Amino acid sequence: MSTRVLQRLREVFGDAVLETHSQHGDDTAIVEPSRWQEIATFLRDDPKCAMNHFIDLTAVDYLNRRESRFEVVLHVRSIEKLHRVRLKARLGDAPAIDTLSKVWVGANWFERECFDMFGVDFVGHPDLRRILMYPEFVGSPLRKDYSAQQTQPLVEYRSEAVGKLPPFDEHEGMPFGRQTHDRVAPRVNALGFSDE
Amino acid sequence: MEPLDIELDEGELEFPSAPMQVNMGPAHPAMHGTVRMVVELSGETITKVDVQIGYLHRGFEKMCERGTWTQVFPYVDRLNYASPMLNNVGFALAVEKMLGVTVPERCQHYRVILGELARICDHMVCSGAMAMELGAFTPFLWFAKARELIWDVFEEETGARVTHSFGRVGGMASEPTPNFKAMVRAAVPAVRALIDDGEKLLLGNRIFLDRVENVGRMSKERAIALGWTGVVLRSTGVPYDVRKVHPYLTYDRYEFDVPVGTSGDNFDRFMCRQEEIRQSVRIIEQALEQMADEGSVNINDPRIVLPPKEEVYSTIEGTIQHFKIVMEGIKVPAGECYSYTEAGNGELGFYIVSDGSGTPYRVRIRPPCFATMQGMESMIVGGMLPDVVPTFGSVNMIGGECDH
Repeated sequence: MSTRVLQRLREVFGDAVLETHSQHGDDTAIVEPSRWQEIATFLRDDPKCAMNHFIDLTAVDYLNRRESRFEVVLHVRSIEKLHRVRLKARLGDAPAIDTLSKVWVGANWFERECFDMFGVDFVGHPDLRRILMYPEFVGSPLRKDYSAQQTQPLVEYRSEAVGKLPPFDEHEGMPFGRQTHDRVAPRVNALGFSDE
Repeated sequence: MEPLDIELDEGELEFPSAPMQVNMGPAHPAMHGTVRMVVELSGETITKVDVQIGYLHRGFEKMCERGTWTQVFPYVDRLNYASPMLNNVGFALAVEKMLGVTVPERCQHYRVILGELARICDHMVCSGAMAMELGAFTPFLWFAKARELIWDVFEEETGARVTHSFGRVGGMASEPTPNFKAMVRAAVPAVRALIDDGEKLLLGNRIFLDRVENVGRMSKERAIALGWTGVVLRSTGVPYDVRKVHPYLTYDRYEFDVPVGTSGDNFDRFMCRQEEIRQSVRIIEQALEQMADEGSVNINDPRIVLPPKEEVYSTIEGTIQHFKIVMEGIKVPAGECYSYTEAGNGELGFYIVSDGSGTPYRVRIRPPCFATMQGMESMIVGGMLPDVVPTFGSVNMIGGECDH
């Protein structure tokens, strides 16, 4: 389909393209992680490639591979030329790679998700925080060494500075909405007897 | 607003005002998904927004890695619960691409018809819910009635109304019922009439038009860079429809048009959806014509498809085959592939990695909503707070899909 894109990549980047294949008709190039951003920018700007349509960015955890445990996988296509390409980069145990959110705005959330789920650090990302999980979540749930049975610590009540959060003051709101089942200690008078 | 630090006479002293932060969602009556927007307001104009998703995260991709390939189907049903059949077929196609098999022609037409019915449902739910949030309750009820007619067909075919889990690798869970064609032929015109009526109610309504026209605009270039697909992308004027551009199943044999918008506002999105329903009706009519009445819907490969029940109960070969497929799962050759279909909201992609065993190594879902929600920020900043409601309604955010 778009083996020409792979050819073009090999021509321009030579050794930085480590491997290519077209399994099941999906053209794939495995590239040097250090030139990730540069190659992505080329794919977008080169008139022969014109990959302007961002599709997907994710990662795969190959736990048993010694050198390159993580693979960051990018799918892009071209609106005009209708071809697609998959770009992959292999990363080690502490995965970190340049962000693509400057190349395609759409990569922003996908990278956040990838960071959230796999703990991949996207260097230069403008807003790298968890997106699907909550901030107090410990670990990266989609890593293969994260057991599906694993439980998470209890999270403290979080108060944020977003104006007024419930519970409101005593005199506000509807009282029946805030009734508690805590037993109120009976008042004790001076003689030591309770009021009741 | 900046704090006041200039010396003012007492007469001109204004009240210092800090930007006001408002939480919309995750449980807000006008936000029909579980999404939270922390909105910063200046007056009633939105100056900043932080869209937070993830309230419906169910660890779907992790769960897929724990069962067999077939056991993924119930999960994909719950991705886009407004049109589960499209997700079912999408996943089945992904695994079939990996296995290198193609289902019989009859099954392809069958999948197309069921898929287009699901698409009609999906669009109706979106348009109806959007109208309802703007105060128009009647069109919603009419669309819900139309959806009921389609669900009756699904119930008859699959046994379930919403989450069918009807797709299988290499075919479908069962053959079409004998009166399938007659049922669809009876239901579709009735649905079409209800949709036309509901649309008339809305398009003659000044309140509805005022709140959708020129609200929530999106430019073509930005939509492309954001990774938008589906109706939301087409409403900006990009004619990208997977069914047309990269045809799968038998979509290249039907005549249908791809409606596009011009300005990418809420009105365009609404109209694109309405027109797409009509195109889906066209596709269904053609597929019904072309679909054979006889023949198998499943491929003939004992390694992939479960044997017929009579064989399982009466022959040892059938029993063993059934046992192996159910217990060990279908063996998908090692490798990776990305398969994409046009779902209700856009390109639904499955990037699957197999290690050659009966269990998926990785099932990555590329949800169209996720990319769409990312664009929310630029659509609502600068607009009014009440505009969030129609804009959010018109992008058809489906929590199950967006939050995985």
